Amino acid sequence: MARFQHLLQVTPAGLYCPAGDFYIDPWRSVNRAIITHAHSDHARSGSAHYLAADPSKSLLQLRLGMDIDLQTLPYGESLTLGEAVVTFFPAGHILGAAQIRIEHRGQIALITGDYKLQTDATCTPWEPVACHLMVTESTFGLPVFHWPSTAQIIDEVILWWQENQHAKRTSVVFAYSVGKAQRILMELSQRSSGLGPVWLHGAMLGPMRAYRDSGVKLPEYESASSAPSGTDFSSALIIAPPSAQQSPWMNRFKEVSVASASGWMAIRGTRRRRNLDRGFVLSDHVDWGDLNRAVDLCNPEELWVTHGFSETFARYQNEKGRNALPLKTEFQGEVDGEEVQA
Amino acid sequence: MKAFAELYQRLDSTTKTTAKVDALIAYLESANALDQAWAIYFLLGNKLKPSVPTKALRTAAIEAAQIPERLFEETYQWVGDLAETIANIIPASRRLEHGSLSEWIELYYQPLSRVELAEQVKLLLDCWQRLDAQQRFVFNKLLTGNLRVGVNARLITKAIAEWSSIDVDLIAHRLTGQWRPTTEAMSQLLEKGSEAKSPSQPYPFCLAHSLPANFEATLDPQDFYAEWKWDGIRAQLIRRNATTFIWSRGEELLAGRFPEIESAAAGLEDGVVLDGEILAWRDKAPLPFSELQRRIQRKSVSKKLMQEVPVRFIAFDVLEHQAVDIRSLAFEQRRAVLEALIAKNYPESAEVSQTICVNQTRTAATWSELALQRDQAREVRAEGVMIKRKDSRYETGRVTGAWWKWKLDPFTVDAVLIYAQRGHGRRASLYTDYTFAVWSDGVLVPFAKAYSGLTDDEIRVVDRWIRANTLQKFGPVHEVKPHWVMEIAFENVQLSTRHKSGVAVRFPRIVRIRDDKKIEDADRLQSILELVAARQG
Ligand SMILES: [Zn+2]
Ligand SMILES: [Zn+2]
Repeated sequence: MARFQHLLQVTPAGLYCPAGDFYIDPWRSVNRAIITHAHSDHARSGSAHYLAADPSKSLLQLRLGMDIDLQTLPYGESLTLGEAVVTFFPAGHILGAAQIRIEHRGQIALITGDYKLQTDATCTPWEPVACHLMVTESTFGLPVFHWPSTAQIIDEVILWWQENQHAKRTSVVFAYSVGKAQRILMELSQRSSGLGPVWLHGAMLGPMRAYRDSGVKLPEYESASSAPSGTDFSSALIIAPPSAQQSPWMNRFKEVSVASASGWMAIRGTRRRRNLDRGFVLSDHVDWGDLNRAVDLCNPEELWVTHGFSETFARYQNEKGRNALPLKTEFQGEVDGEEVQA
Repeated sequence: MKAFAELYQRLDSTTKTTAKVDALIAYLESANALDQAWAIYFLLGNKLKPSVPTKALRTAAIEAAQIPERLFEETYQWVGDLAETIANIIPASRRLEHGSLSEWIELYYQPLSRVELAEQVKLLLDCWQRLDAQQRFVFNKLLTGNLRVGVNARLITKAIAEWSSIDVDLIAHRLTGQWRPTTEAMSQLLEKGSEAKSPSQPYPFCLAHSLPANFEATLDPQDFYAEWKWDGIRAQLIRRNATTFIWSRGEELLAGRFPEIESAAAGLEDGVVLDGEILAWRDKAPLPFSELQRRIQRKSVSKKLMQEVPVRFIAFDVLEHQAVDIRSLAFEQRRAVLEALIAKNYPESAEVSQTICVNQTRTAATWSELALQRDQAREVRAEGVMIKRKDSRYETGRVTGAWWKWKLDPFTVDAVLIYAQRGHGRRASLYTDYTFAVWSDGVLVPFAKAYSGLTDDEIRVVDRWIRANTLQKFGPVHEVKPHWVMEIAFENVQLSTRHKSGVAVRFPRIVRIRDDKKIEDADRLQSILELVAARQG
């Protein structure tokens, strides 16, 4: 760790770059914060100045308010802060998600933030970045996580929806309102259009607008709450945030089949604990194979592992001969394997 | 394997009975007879024998995933299920095989079961390459012998009956006994109209519920027979084609374990099926269950063991008589058939040491009368009593209303005698009706009245003492000096505004005098309420 002192340090407020005097995704109020993406466990309010990638602007303003001091930078363009040069590279996680490349005296650090290698029509695909120090997430850093292709999962969603239509059951999918929901809706809209009516939970409307404002070509859907009374939802697909599952909002649908779209759905126990009829294995994080692939492609001399199975994955990288260490729990992320709702 | 894995997933992802039945029907609809037979085999809880050792699975999984053993173990720790860990840890395959469940058993499991560990590892690696994760998971579950997916025999029976339009009782009957995963078994199961069955075929057992809390208000004791509930092995004794078959409730053939019952059964006429209990028995009482266990554990028994632990079959029902299924007759009628049958086949039935005998029934006018009988269960080493509706048919499985079990485990407390009154009838001259009290905030509060349970000698002693120790009289009621501590048994206690103590006790009776206790040692009301609440919790 000492070797990269000037580039990155772990502090009580979060990851800090002394050479440029800024923090990355800090969880306390700081002077200058660089934000990897607009999920709540990464973008927190209270800092004086924010810097983020261009396409995340609308989402960040939605989360942190229009009045924040926010500077944005297109992917690939550099900005000098103090003695450090900062460049954003697409992370492929959600709209505007960036990996942060920091260069100082010929040494390069890369902070991946959350990322995935799978295709996603709602954001720019991930790119490998050669670096000396890589800080990677490991939300799904166990060898049991292997994502099926997006196409296969969408096929499953459609089949399930059609079965429910046949049985006159409303299909409700719980998915994060920033990222996952748009990804599913985009995939569905690119398939045949006559699948059936789609309604959203009210909490989805803001992020949907932010996506469209940012130029993502998503169709417009309405909130199920605004549907005229007596609306028949029996052939509809509803997308709602996970928190809606236990809420009285669900009462408006008569017979329902409930599903969740998340990487955790790969595990039978999670599906059963959550009382779901179906689980769709669809994640915006890297799976085991892609995590290892990404590390190999960026090929750092030193690897810091955070956010998830840090110990297990760092040890595995050590066993493979890479200098790796876990960043314990200093990095507050998806707590206990439960993704924080975006 | 794909269709069966999908069936598993559908059964696994719902708790609704209708959805499970639908999933089973959809599978039966699409599968061939052999696959249907195997699916039923597994869903009924049967396992592949021998199972494949988990060591082979672990070794192969570590090799396939190309990860260190410790990473495999950490991952398994986190997932918590070996079959699932392995299913998911293996990289996706590109050469899926479309074999069905039975083909997988034949082509992959059978070779696997016959070879050494090292060879098993090789075969497993090949198998897993031919399955997707969901199928691998189910296949691994089959190999390790624990496919549990929340369906029971009743649900499977229902689905098969619905799918085949064959009467549900007939399906239940045909599914009882050892299920063989063969096309023949499947076609016998689905045979229309005909009752043709193998001579060993048992009937599904009728099972009892525990009596509900308010039974004495809702059930009339005169509608029922009571009989001892024995703690042995529930069994069906079948005599057909001059051959004897003994089935346990777990639907296991007990051939050879109880030669004395088998030879006694040779005296039975043909076309008879009896339901009863096998007990280890010496002289006039059963031996403890642990003795009987010595007999169960042996596939063949030695002369010595037969002498040490003699057994008998106590029949309490007859399901088939003169090769006719008589389960739809009323219990009262079946009992008459049973008694006549045993009397006819074993004319010397007065003999107590008889190996095949009939469980005696009795009737009672009131529930308290039966509660008293039940309390004697301990003396005859029974578990309690069974209460069986006289007009009930022999039901399939656990159906509410026909059979009730009333086990012996009442609450008991130590209480203090505080009031006494003269008895009635034969005991009118003696003080035999007692009121007992327990402690509450340092005072003795009346808790229960009990009239019975002491021997005549004890009653005389207590009577004499009462006459000498009366503190005051309230009409016929004598208040006596607190002195006697007695153990009182009762069924239940509830808060009640109609009683001085604030509680109402059901079926209180005296178990024994506690000479060893002083009045300060008697129980406290609060702890009784807690005790009852805890058990009902
Ligand atoms: Zn995120
Ligand atoms: Zn995150």
